[in-house]
Amino acid sequence: MTDQAATMSVAARRPKSHAWWNAVNAWLLLLPAAVLLIAFTHYPILATIRHSFFITRRNGTEVFVGLESYHAMAADPIFWKALVNNFWFALGTIPTSIALALLMAIWVNRNMRGRGFLRLAFFTPTVLPMIAVANIWLFFYTPDYGLLDQLRGVFGLAGWNWLGDPSTVMGCLVVMVIWKEAGFFMIFYLAALQQLSPDLEEAAAVEGASRWYTFRRITFPLLMPTTLFVTINAVINSFKLVDHLVIMTKGGPNNASTLLLYYIYEVAFTFQDSAYAATLTVVLLVLLSAVALIKFGYLDRRIHYQ
Amino acid sequence: MNGRTHPLEAIAAWLLALLWLAPLVYAFWSALHPAAYATSFSLSAPWTLENFARAWDQAPFGRYYINTVVLVVIILIGQLILSTLAAYAFARFTFRGSGIAFALVLLQLMIMPDVLIVENYRMIGKLGLLDTIPAIALPYLASAFGIFLLRQTFKSVPQELVEAARVEGAGPLQILWKVYVPLARPTYVAFGLVSVSYHWNNFLWPLIVTNSVESRPLTVGLAVFGAPETGVDWSIITAATVMTMGPLLIAFLLFQRQFVQSFMRAGIR
Repeated sequence: MTDQAATMSVAARRPKSHAWWNAVNAWLLLLPAAVLLIAFTHYPILATIRHSFFITRRNGTEVFVGLESYHAMAADPIFWKALVNNFWFALGTIPTSIALALLMAIWVNRNMRGRGFLRLAFFTPTVLPMIAVANIWLFFYTPDYGLLDQLRGVFGLAGWNWLGDPSTVMGCLVVMVIWKEAGFFMIFYLAALQQLSPDLEEAAAVEGASRWYTFRRITFPLLMPTTLFVTINAVINSFKLVDHLVIMTKGGPNNASTLLLYYIYEVAFTFQDSAYAATLTVVLLVLLSAVALIKFGYLDRRIHYQ
Repeated sequence: MNGRTHPLEAIAAWLLALLWLAPLVYAFWSALHPAAYATSFSLSAPWTLENFARAWDQAPFGRYYINTVVLVVIILIGQLILSTLAAYAFARFTFRGSGIAFALVLLQLMIMPDVLIVENYRMIGKLGLLDTIPAIALPYLASAFGIFLLRQTFKSVPQELVEAARVEGAGPLQILWKVYVPLARPTYVAFGLVSVSYHWNNFLWPLIVTNSVESRPLTVGLAVFGAPETGVDWSIITAATVMTMGPLLIAFLLFQRQFVQSFMRAGIR
């Protein structure tokens, strides 16, 4: 290290080689992370795009087929089904869990009795494995025997195959995911609320503004950046979250609960068609990149503030 | 934000909280009572640990525990080291291409390894690591999130401390170890909690790259065990479910405040 210190003090006198030495140090520090990032993020992205233009023959040779897989995809009803499902899944989960999260955050930010308990109750589902959550909720939805049907039984209603019916399966999953995620988004709102100046609310109270008016005209607008941030995260999540499908529905019945990533998983690892899975992944990458562009534009401004 | 609360609002908050806890309470109820009481909630139902014993006997949960702990430790250590080095490079060195390099790192925040399962599986296959614990860990060792979080923290380290260390003859790595790392402790705790809970819970990727008891983590073990077709009864499945989330849940209850604060810190910075 003394050698290095000597080099650096020499370098300090010569700015040009100092810059050079800086760069060498920086790249050496980056190297380990860079190798892994390239191997498991950047290269796979490029390889996915490349493979989407090829098919793999039975003997393992790759054949260039151009846009053929994309044409096949455009004609694949399950792909469209998964995409539409993903849209409804996002629309079903995101606004509700964000609204609930905001409500929860406002509550646990107050001097309410049992605040610690409330915070704990709302946040706990967030730290559970999705696979465990799926197991627990699977039981609620089990026909006849499950909790939901037992409740229906009390009112004299017959059992219902909640997850086995295309018209109810997505709703069931949406409710479960809202339960799982609302507490997570609550945390972001809670952090934002704690950074708001209390003066504004006090001023509003002095002016005689109602609580609802204060929320609508002051608090909510001030929380807009958080809402945007949470929404973007929620959108990304809605494309990644498929663990529960493995346990609860396998995408069924009749693909009524298939989401894009789950379909990719099925195509690649059940049907062993990695070329078509690559084509499907490209769609997912395009969707995520669109979200990324929004997020980067937004994040950049945020970082600037600090 | 300490306005008074209307009693009706307090009641609503409590009702929602109870509703939120209900699924968990149910899981514990079912796991701790004989199968006959899985759906009949009678206060006189006898308590039992039988379900846990039977679940433990029917699947190698001991092995799954070890696998998960090893996995989580490997990932955490790898992430801490790699993120520290990379964050240091971004926070304290000016070099050509640093902006682009940082953008390329941040790309992983949006396109996580979870999405690239097909090509990552190919890559792990090429490396000959299929069905091993390192195969589960490798795609996650370089964490854009960790790099981002630590870079923000490192940037706030006072320049005077760095200068003082340099005057005493410390090299770049010594400065990192003696000045930056100790000052970033709260960030390390926050990142550690988020990372451990994420990888304890992770499922899809481990499901894909593992196919034997020797490498399977708890989540995958639970999925294999709890498939409804296997004919295992609910009480035993809920017992296994409780076992899978147990350690994390206990850690969460013990370090609740740190958990919440770490998620806050992680989210905001």
